[in-house]
Amino acid sequence: MENIYLTIVLAPLLAAIVAGLFGRQIGRAGAHWVTILAVGLSCGLSLYVLKGIVVDGDPVFNGAVYTWADIDGLHMEVGFLIDRLAALMMAIVTFISFMVHIYTIGYMRDDPGYQRFFSYISLFTFSMLMLVMSNNFVQLFFGWEAVGLVSYLLIGFWYKRPTAIFANLKAFLVNRVGDFGFILGIAGIYYYTGSMDYWQVFQQAPALTSQTMQIFPGMDWQVLSVICICLFIGAMGKSAQVPLHVWLPDSMEGPTPISALIHAATMVTAGIFMVARMSPLFELSTTALGFVMVIGALTAFFMGLLGVVQNDIKRVVAYSTISQLGYMTVALGASAYAAGIFHLTTHAFFKALLFLVAGSVIIAMHHEQDIRKMGGLRKYMPVTYWTAVVGSLALIGFPGFSGFFSKDALIEAVHLSQAPGAGLAYWAILLSVFVTALYTFRLLFLTFHGEERMDRHTREQLKESPLVVTVPLVLLAIPSAMIGWYTIEPLLFDGFFGGSIMVLPAQDVLARLGHEFHGPAAFVLHGIKGPAFWLAMSGIATAWWVYLKKPGLSAEISRRSNRLYELLVNKYYFDDFNEKIVAAGGRAVGNFLWRIGDEKIIDGGLVNGTANGIAWIAQRVRGIQTGYLYHYAFTMIFGFAVLAGWLLLRG
Amino acid sequence: MFQSILFYWIAFVVVVAALGVISARNPIHSVMFLVLAFVSSAVLWMLLEAEFLAIVLVLVYVGAVMVLFLFVVMMLDINVQRMREGLTRYAPLGIGVAVVVILEIAHVVWFKAQGFSLGVAPQPAPADYSNTEALGAVLYTEYVYPLELAAVLLLVAIIAAIALTMRQRPGLKKQNIAKQVAVRAEDRVRLVKMKTEKEE
Amino acid sequence: MSIGLTHYLLLSAILFSISVAGIFINRKNVIVLLMCIELMVLAVNFNFIAFSHYLGDLSGQIFVFFILTVAAAESAIGLAILILLFRNRSSINVEDMDGMRG
Repeated sequence: MENIYLTIVLAPLLAAIVAGLFGRQIGRAGAHWVTILAVGLSCGLSLYVLKGIVVDGDPVFNGAVYTWADIDGLHMEVGFLIDRLAALMMAIVTFISFMVHIYTIGYMRDDPGYQRFFSYISLFTFSMLMLVMSNNFVQLFFGWEAVGLVSYLLIGFWYKRPTAIFANLKAFLVNRVGDFGFILGIAGIYYYTGSMDYWQVFQQAPALTSQTMQIFPGMDWQVLSVICICLFIGAMGKSAQVPLHVWLPDSMEGPTPISALIHAATMVTAGIFMVARMSPLFELSTTALGFVMVIGALTAFFMGLLGVVQNDIKRVVAYSTISQLGYMTVALGASAYAAGIFHLTTHAFFKALLFLVAGSVIIAMHHEQDIRKMGGLRKYMPVTYWTAVVGSLALIGFPGFSGFFSKDALIEAVHLSQAPGAGLAYWAILLSVFVTALYTFRLLFLTFHGEERMDRHTREQLKESPLVVTVPLVLLAIPSAMIGWYTIEPLLFDGFFGGSIMVLPAQDVLARLGHEFHGPAAFVLHGIKGPAFWLAMSGIATAWWVYLKKPGLSAEISRRSNRLYELLVNKYYFDDFNEKIVAAGGRAVGNFLWRIGDEKIIDGGLVNGTANGIAWIAQRVRGIQTGYLYHYAFTMIFGFAVLAGWLLLRG
Repeated sequence: MFQSILFYWIAFVVVVAALGVISARNPIHSVMFLVLAFVSSAVLWMLLEAEFLAIVLVLVYVGAVMVLFLFVVMMLDINVQRMREGLTRYAPLGIGVAVVVILEIAHVVWFKAQGFSLGVAPQPAPADYSNTEALGAVLYTEYVYPLELAAVLLLVAIIAAIALTMRQRPGLKKQNIAKQVAVRAEDRVRLVKMKTEKEE
Repeated sequence: MSIGLTHYLLLSAILFSISVAGIFINRKNVIVLLMCIELMVLAVNFNFIAFSHYLGDLSGQIFVFFILTVAAAESAIGLAILILLFRNRSSINVEDMDGMRG
């Protein structure tokens, strides 16, 4: 099995190296063939591993394959922990990546950086696999940073656009903030347990609950809570939770396949995955769970609202992604890790689908992304339209679609939770259902229905996207629609994750939910009676009323509620805050250090000052050097007299 | 008692002569004062039973070195007037330092060396003791190599002094001894055979 | 009070200091400078001989012997240089010699 795992990880890496370093030799076709074959191989083997573990009951693999460094008791290893959680993630990552690879052939067809792009996305696949398959914190951190790096490279893929460079810098910096917390958490773990290995740490976790540390003198903090919150700050960066979400909408400057692969389906879920992986730690700290839940609830609701006022097709989907990540985070906070991962799985499919749909639309519109200039695309792009409908229904949780199962289960689980903040979180995510439906169908209606607002030239050239684009759409639409039916029961209620996720019995909301669960069909019927369904319906209705029936109404509303609209359009002033306070402050400090610290003190004082000082002293000392020997002789004698006097007086 | 009086008297002379050396306006006077100081010192060295060195001081220093000084001073046409300019400008500083040095040494000799049992002169040597003989016994055995080195040093000094001061003025006619010695008769005398002239 | 080592040491200190002052006062005349150096050497020799006498050790006198040799050589060469100098510059004023000026 070990060789299979290694193949899964290394095949994309090899392909990335080949496509990246020898892209010119193998040509464009060579680049996409080698990467697609490698990722396809990874995907097939991942599915095989998943089947082996789920169906055939293969034992969990946990072992090191390579010792990287062994420094005074600190073992740094490359190791794999392949249990159900990891196997599921591997399958999701490789499958989405595979689809995106195929889709990229069509999307990037005319781009000069074709080989580079394939190299990057293969490298990303490798990094993400390293992250999810890791069995220790060092490798986790490696994968974590590697995906961050590739994300940076890909957001700035069109490096000639200033906005792209700004966006990738922003993503990188915001993620550094999160990673700072993350590495503090890892350091805390190593400090208190002396190990980097997951299982060893998890076994020592209960002992940590009784320990306290003092960050500020006089205040005792529970060690485990501090560690968990630090780790979660890392997750906040990567999974774009408030207030570290600001990079994700900007990351839409990257090519659309990347938005689908990294910023919707896989990388942003790394935080969710990590928290689920660390469930034995989080489970022991109610404080950390409460923190997680509140952050998730805030993200889910407030970021969803922003999606309503965005006009860029990809940004709407981006805010939707943040909002959905908030859902998953809330589930984690409620100890319903399985529900979070379940939502992650379904979301990966339908969000990747929606992004690829957006990409398809963008291709057809000749890289126009403003939905105010679209409309009526339904009859030009039927495949895209219908897959978009499937994705949208899944996203809003229409009964029967995959999103419904995961989201409804999640909401129910939070409803049952008695953790601190659960009440707030429940209402936040329930209202978010309405908001989700509103912005999703606003997008759908504005893009595909209504009057055609594009210019004549574009309209004449409108046509369905090529097969390499539509095939992945269809292939993603199928699981987006269906996957919930088959996976909800095993994944949530049959203990699918087994030992991978640990939940304390007192907090096991999913088990309680499981008592009321009587099969997917009954769940659907139950869902129709629930508030979430009606909220979603009213969201659709509102979107229909405002954006299709009375197109002038939205402008009217935004004028009436001017202040609220301003707040939303400016994204709650997060960016302004960051730019005016954080970045400007940083620049001011940097300027200060540059002007005063570097130029004045170091350059002027230490470097040039030393030279000037020597010159100054020399200028004065050379007066002493008269050239008369008797002066030197006298100085010598004078010095002798002084020295002798000093020796005498000293005694 | 006699020795004490002698010491104080001669020491006084030495100090006065030294002051004369540094303050005389004419360099000739300086040299003469220096001669006086050396001769007086020789007397004091006698008191210290260093008869050989006292004689050497008189013979070599006064007899040779000081005469050399005199020669040089007289040979060079020194503008005495100009030499004395600015004498007093640095005098206070020089005298100050000199006084400080004296005070420091005096301090050491008087206060620091308390209990240092060298204040009393040793017994005078017996009548048949010869300072020269004793010195020679040590000098030619123990210090024979330094003695040779000193001899070489003197030789070097002689050669150096000659080499430094020797000069060849252009346009001066002089003999070339080497050429004179190396010359052969054939170079000088040419035998010419010629026919006898007949008288008609 | 009989004459002891102290008296000789003090005498030599006075001699030494006078020559120091001399070096500084006579900054115009190289010959007088050379004479001051001779005087300084004499002061040092005084110390050697006095110590030699009071310690009963002939080494001090040997030392003085060598010092006299070296001093003679030194004054011979010094005077030779002086003559050379005068020949080239027509002056033995020390203030004219500042080739080492910084």
